[in-house]
Amino acid sequence: MKISRNEVEHVADLARLELSGEEVDQFTGQLDAILSYIDKLNELDTADVEPTAHVIHVGNVIREDRVCDSIPLKETLSNAPETDEGFFKVPKII
Amino acid sequence: MTMKLHPLTLHQASEMLQKGEMTSEELCRAVLRRIEAVEPKIHSYVTVMEKDESAPDSGNAPSNDSLLAGIPLAVKDNIVTLGIRTTCASRILSNFVPPYDATVISRLKEKGAVLLGKTNLDEFAMGSSTETSAVGTTRNPWNLACIPGGSSGGSAAAVAADACIAALGSDTGGSIRQPAAHCGVVGLKPTYGRVSRFGLVAFASSLDQIGPLTKDVEDAALLLQVIAGYDPKDSTSLDVPVPDYRAALTGELSGKTVGVPKEYFVEGMQPEVEAAVREALAFLEKEGATIVEVSLPHTEYAVATYYILATAEASSNLARYDGVKYGYRAEGAEELIEMYRKTRAEGFGKEVKRRIMLGTYALSSGYYDAYYRKAQQVRTLIRQDFDRAFEKCDVLVTPTSPTTAFRIGEKVDDPLQMYLSDILTLAVNLAGIPGISIPCGFDDSGLPIGLQVLGKHFEEATILNVAYAYEQRTDWHKMRPAL
Repeated sequence: MKISRNEVEHVADLARLELSGEEVDQFTGQLDAILSYIDKLNELDTADVEPTAHVIHVGNVIREDRVCDSIPLKETLSNAPETDEGFFKVPKII
Repeated sequence: MTMKLHPLTLHQASEMLQKGEMTSEELCRAVLRRIEAVEPKIHSYVTVMEKDESAPDSGNAPSNDSLLAGIPLAVKDNIVTLGIRTTCASRILSNFVPPYDATVISRLKEKGAVLLGKTNLDEFAMGSSTETSAVGTTRNPWNLACIPGGSSGGSAAAVAADACIAALGSDTGGSIRQPAAHCGVVGLKPTYGRVSRFGLVAFASSLDQIGPLTKDVEDAALLLQVIAGYDPKDSTSLDVPVPDYRAALTGELSGKTVGVPKEYFVEGMQPEVEAAVREALAFLEKEGATIVEVSLPHTEYAVATYYILATAEASSNLARYDGVKYGYRAEGAEELIEMYRKTRAEGFGKEVKRRIMLGTYALSSGYYDAYYRKAQQVRTLIRQDFDRAFEKCDVLVTPTSPTTAFRIGEKVDDPLQMYLSDILTLAVNLAGIPGISIPCGFDDSGLPIGLQVLGKHFEEATILNVAYAYEQRTDWHKMRPAL
């Protein structure tokens, strides 16, 4: 097995996904099959190969630090599930 | 007036508008009537604008010289539109109304195009069939029991069914080209960095590109012309001059060398697909192109590489859906982490969760080098394969997909089989090169077959012209499904 049920539960926790027992079972089997397939990559010796993050090289992109128009507060908050006096409101943190 | 307007191509409609042979209002009405007639069968839209909303804004009349002025277009529902709900076909964004336009939308609006509606897709563009959409599967206009391809399946089906004049989609691993092939239309994925991604809801940021889905190659050139170009709001868009794509459509093939990658005629390929593509190659040769065999030796590693890199980037990009600033929030959670976990559990569908899981695993402590770094290294090898192949030829010609459209439900329980169906398109995104799919025939059951033409970075004009040369001498693109 490439991945265990416990590891699937750990990864779900990292990803902040609540999974049902049935989903954990299903993902364990499917991720195991996918990761076994991905093992193919180990057939290749890549010791001296540079990794590619972006195909076309772009250096750092810097812009002037200028004040521009931004989206007004009311519109910014208009999609929020819950707001209070101009702030996003969330359930208690601690 | 007795002439049907909805079947018009963009360039035909544009010409008629400019000559005053019809008005934009007549054209928009005709297309909206067509949508009403075919939508119950194909379900290609998530949102259709009301008649008065989609009418061109007369107070802000675009200049008459714009070829797009008054033309009704459809846009994939992962491209944000000011004031128009943008859902990504996901429950988690089901109520999201963007407060800004994507750069491609601003550019279309500047040219006077009319936004007809937002098209269906696999949830967050993750899929090859539109079956992962939270609002239901789009059906292939050529056979309603089949998938239209994906993830831009709604855009491809809408174009094929004349439910828009042309459309925009996005392509991360084939999501424009594969549905274009399955629906018998033209689909172009530009070079990475050619078109701004600002306002495209991010799936895999190093692979995503927006591009046109159209009724013919000339329309693809016209739409690309408007959306291409540097955008300071997308730091990965490139400041490279945009040529005149329509002027590049000469139809001239002599002097062109077409490479045929031997690895792209894969085992298990549908015989009719291979036959149609071989026939197209013979045709290109007869018309003056030189055909050479080339090799892309790392092709068999592309699927594995793609599914590590794309899911890793996706798991990071989709961390933003947390039920705080916008989108769906689960009810009943008493503290923050519980709210995140429930919101994401209820808001995302199965395929999105599966990819977040795979990507999170690949990036997690202890596995990063084995999976993510390894895949980035293999990406280098795949990119170098294309560089070497293009030393011997101007374009590569391949099938777009190893089969024609499969039946709805056929691959839904086997994610690996679904991923493998993208084998001929996704290396192109890993290499960042442009690709176009055009119709090149039909299989025995009447489903369209796609021909893929690939070019060097920023050589969209070259692939458009090779595609145009083929299209000018064939009639496949004129075929329309009986709906």
